[in-house]
Amino acid sequence: MSALIKGETGEWEIVIGMEIHAQVTAQSKLFSGSAADFGAEQNTQVSFVDAAMPGMLPVLNKVCVEQAVKTGLGLNAVINKTSIFARKNYFYADLPQGYQISQFEDPIVGLGKIEIDLPDGTTKDIGITRLHLEQDAGKSIHDQHPTKSFVDLNRSGCALMEIVSEPDIRGPEEAAAYINKIRMILRYLETCDGNMDEGSMRADVNISVRHPGDELGTRAEIKNVNSVKAIGQAIDFEVARQIELIEGGGDVVQETRLWDPVKMETRSMRSKEEAHDYRYFPDPDLLPLVLEDGLIEKIKATLPELPDEKKHRFMKDYGLSLYDSSVLIAEKSRAEYFENVINDNDPKLSANWVINELLGILNKESKALEDSPISAEQLGGLIALITDDTISGKIAKEVFAEMYTSGKDAAVIVDEKGLKQVTDTGAIDAIIDKVIEANPDNVEKYKGGKDKLFGFFVGQVMKETGGKANPKIVNDLLKKKLS
Amino acid sequence: MTDLTNMTMAQALKSLDNKDFTSVEITQAHIDAMAQAKDLNCFITETPELALEQAAASDARRAAGNAGALDGIPIAMKDLFCTKGVRTTAASGILENFIPQYESTVSQNLLNAGTVSLGKANLDQFAMGSSNTTSKFGNVISPWKKQNGSNADLVPGGSSGGSAAAVSARIAMAATGTDTGGSIRQPAAFCGLAGIKPTYGRCSRWGVVAFASSLDQAGAFARNVEDSALLLKSMCGFDPKDSTSADITVPDFAAALTQDIKGKKIGIPKEYRIDGVPDEIVKLWDNGIDMLKDAGAEIIDVSLPHTKYALPTYYVIAPAEASSNLARYDGVRYGTRVEGDNLDKTYENTRAAGFGDEVIRRIMIGTYALSSGYYDAYYIKAQKVRRLISNDFKSVFEKCDALLTPTAPSAAFAIGENEDDPVKMYLNDVFTIPASLAGLPGMSVPAGLDSDGLPLGLQIIGRPWDEEMVLRVGQTIETAANFTAQPQLATDKAA
Amino acid sequence: MSITKKDVAKVANLARIKMDDAKLEALLPQLTNIIGFVEQLSEVDTDNVEPLASVVDLNARLREDEVTDGGYPKEILANAPEELEGYFVVPKVVE
Ligand SMILES: [Mg+2]
Ligand SMILES: [Zn+2]
Repeated sequence: MSALIKGETGEWEIVIGMEIHAQVTAQSKLFSGSAADFGAEQNTQVSFVDAAMPGMLPVLNKVCVEQAVKTGLGLNAVINKTSIFARKNYFYADLPQGYQISQFEDPIVGLGKIEIDLPDGTTKDIGITRLHLEQDAGKSIHDQHPTKSFVDLNRSGCALMEIVSEPDIRGPEEAAAYINKIRMILRYLETCDGNMDEGSMRADVNISVRHPGDELGTRAEIKNVNSVKAIGQAIDFEVARQIELIEGGGDVVQETRLWDPVKMETRSMRSKEEAHDYRYFPDPDLLPLVLEDGLIEKIKATLPELPDEKKHRFMKDYGLSLYDSSVLIAEKSRAEYFENVINDNDPKLSANWVINELLGILNKESKALEDSPISAEQLGGLIALITDDTISGKIAKEVFAEMYTSGKDAAVIVDEKGLKQVTDTGAIDAIIDKVIEANPDNVEKYKGGKDKLFGFFVGQVMKETGGKANPKIVNDLLKKKLS
Repeated sequence: MTDLTNMTMAQALKSLDNKDFTSVEITQAHIDAMAQAKDLNCFITETPELALEQAAASDARRAAGNAGALDGIPIAMKDLFCTKGVRTTAASGILENFIPQYESTVSQNLLNAGTVSLGKANLDQFAMGSSNTTSKFGNVISPWKKQNGSNADLVPGGSSGGSAAAVSARIAMAATGTDTGGSIRQPAAFCGLAGIKPTYGRCSRWGVVAFASSLDQAGAFARNVEDSALLLKSMCGFDPKDSTSADITVPDFAAALTQDIKGKKIGIPKEYRIDGVPDEIVKLWDNGIDMLKDAGAEIIDVSLPHTKYALPTYYVIAPAEASSNLARYDGVRYGTRVEGDNLDKTYENTRAAGFGDEVIRRIMIGTYALSSGYYDAYYIKAQKVRRLISNDFKSVFEKCDALLTPTAPSAAFAIGENEDDPVKMYLNDVFTIPASLAGLPGMSVPAGLDSDGLPLGLQIIGRPWDEEMVLRVGQTIETAANFTAQPQLATDKAA
Repeated sequence: MSITKKDVAKVANLARIKMDDAKLEALLPQLTNIIGFVEQLSEVDTDNVEPLASVVDLNARLREDEVTDGGYPKEILANAPEELEGYFVVPKVVE
């Protein structure tokens, strides 16, 4: 669903590649033993290594390496048995070493591919160029003082995975679907918490435009887009800017631009960029990273079922739609919940209850599934009562609401409130007779051809039984009696 | 009474054990010597009070029967090793007031062995130099003088010039150094000392101000080979904090000295016979060869064909690494800051004011060699040649157990000489740099005097991790050469 | 490849070292000399030779993922030229 944009000189195609920085879930930093938690007091999670004191040296964190391999496998990517750490040299207030230790020519993960789910119910493959490990920088605070900036190095040295995509993304919707899928994969793998608010996932978006079929246009790299919403807005702005620029006879300059979420615009950081020459070279303080024999296989064996596998299985085994499957697999815990609901129940019915009823109310109350007052087993119990005709779907909704507030089991509520469906044909017969007796006019009209009145009789019977009569039996008996 | 400042460490340790004197006594004697020899400018920071405290603690340990391997020995610490609570400057203005809150692994190892630190020895700024004339804290003056009537002050060599001068002048019993391209071996030769740089990876680099990470290696200065072995042993060891530190047991280096070199094959690389080297040095080398022959070694002529390219290779790789290693000196977290209108101007002012000329030159060369468009032609090319140089050594060491070469192409020169042209100064390290590029252990031992009465050294290069062979060959030369000369300063004092 | 004054200025900027015109002029011949010297390397045939980045014949040693360091802000800030409320302070950075 390439979103083509109509311009004065014809249609424009948007071409996007993304660089996602994801903080690796680990206790300590990539090259030092200080804590990597978010939100500590300034400069308390800083070692002499992180502050780049003279003579300090990096030592690589094993878990960070394993997390990168795991993520690479989750991106269906090639894992490189040998990779090299290189220094990217530049000066910045929150870059203590004067260089960032990153990977350049030989990253730990090479080519891969993921599937994104689009709102129109289709999917699309997006190529992964590479994933590499690198250090995060510290944090500068610019708005606390008129002439000074403050530097906190707590984040300095935390492990990042930079995931670079191929320029396969064709518009804001695909970009959103891409970042959502990456986030989902990282969360499934538990290699990154995906928390964009805390900055543990950040995206740089490379954007260019071209007439379909043309060569790639010159791209601009947009930094500082820190939410899925902002990514969409930044793309919209930047695409419009580039098309207007080109159609006005200008050229797009290859540059880094900053997204300003307040002014809702991108602006050039060219003045900074001009002097950049990162002078990458292999870090002489670190030796080549060679993955132990069997490590990749070992990690492979621990991989959970990934979102796309799960999605395809849900569609195939449970007969669910792509949409329902996509909703259910969005979080690993959600998919697990769903599969616990199913047990012996009908998968489609279960999916409906999870998506429409449970997620519906949780969403409305801004609650996470983890905080749901109804457990998967309880919801499964409710659905079982529907399936075995103990209660009707309509009563089930009542019971569900009661479960949600009281946390009681469905069967208990049905018992306590006497909501059990009436299936005794004798009892229903008697009620039907009563209703027919009380409404001779309508019986007359119905028999005279006013078929619509059938519903009236059903309603009356249900009313008499407090909604507990089995609707199918009511229907069958009424038809017989009225014929 | 024995001259407390003119004995070997080995002797002193025995005497300390015999209670002939205390550590406080020898430490005080060295502090006095330090005060008398202030003109040599061996130290950037003297720590006499700390030394006496440490000496007293050492005496207590010895009395309690738990003295370390080098307990009570007063030494000098090159001011490139970060020392907790004691100013560490790397001889640079940019670290003029830097007080580390941590102790380098090597200096900690020595503290654990019980040594007493007299102070932080002067050096070439960031260890960049071969004459100890690039220090922000002034030149170090060699205790040696030419005996031809010239009273010119001589260089002690560099970069570990303060360490070498202090040991030679009998101010310290031994000293630490670091060697990136010859910074232990060349000053050892100039000052008539034994100086050893072990295999790259033997000593931890953690807490040592970095110059060129793939080359930097700590090592030892002493007045004889045995002492250098003792000091080195206490400095070395695996350190998990340094990714390039080797997890290999450290042998008892001094114990290796009890064996001779009969039947050992010593290689003489023909490429080290370069034009322009004084006859005296060629003759010294030939004498050395004879000494080894006399000791029963087999002499083999070998070839290291890429020797000529070692110096240019080094002057790409070392500055390239340095340009990046020294980027952290930006005036933000520590060190001197010279404020500017904005952050970039602050960086520029700080670094222009804080770094000396030679440091700036090397940062410039290194930055250039790594910059886009030049990286392949300079940096990658140099790394390729580095492999060829390393391979040369590998093939030669299939045939021989150690190599013998001169240490430096000249004796000590006067301060101010060779200053006009950086490349001329760089040539000082022409014999030491190849082994540095290959990460091999090397040592210089004093083997004679030139016609001006200045010491000359011979270099022994060994296989990786075979410091023991290097030391044995070194001691063989030391014994045969019977080098007893002392610098004028020391003899004046004795007189 | 001969280095020009403009190159020297560019390199000085990359290295963040302030350099006035006189300094640039003074450095140019020195750097030219050194670069000329290292250019001998072009004589060496290095076809099919792998660059040697480290003489250590080992692979990266990996550390266990444990918190073993940090938590001493006073020591981290002890040498700071300017500090406020636990932060390093620098002239304002305008993005
Ligand atoms: Mg990027
Ligand atoms: Zn990155």
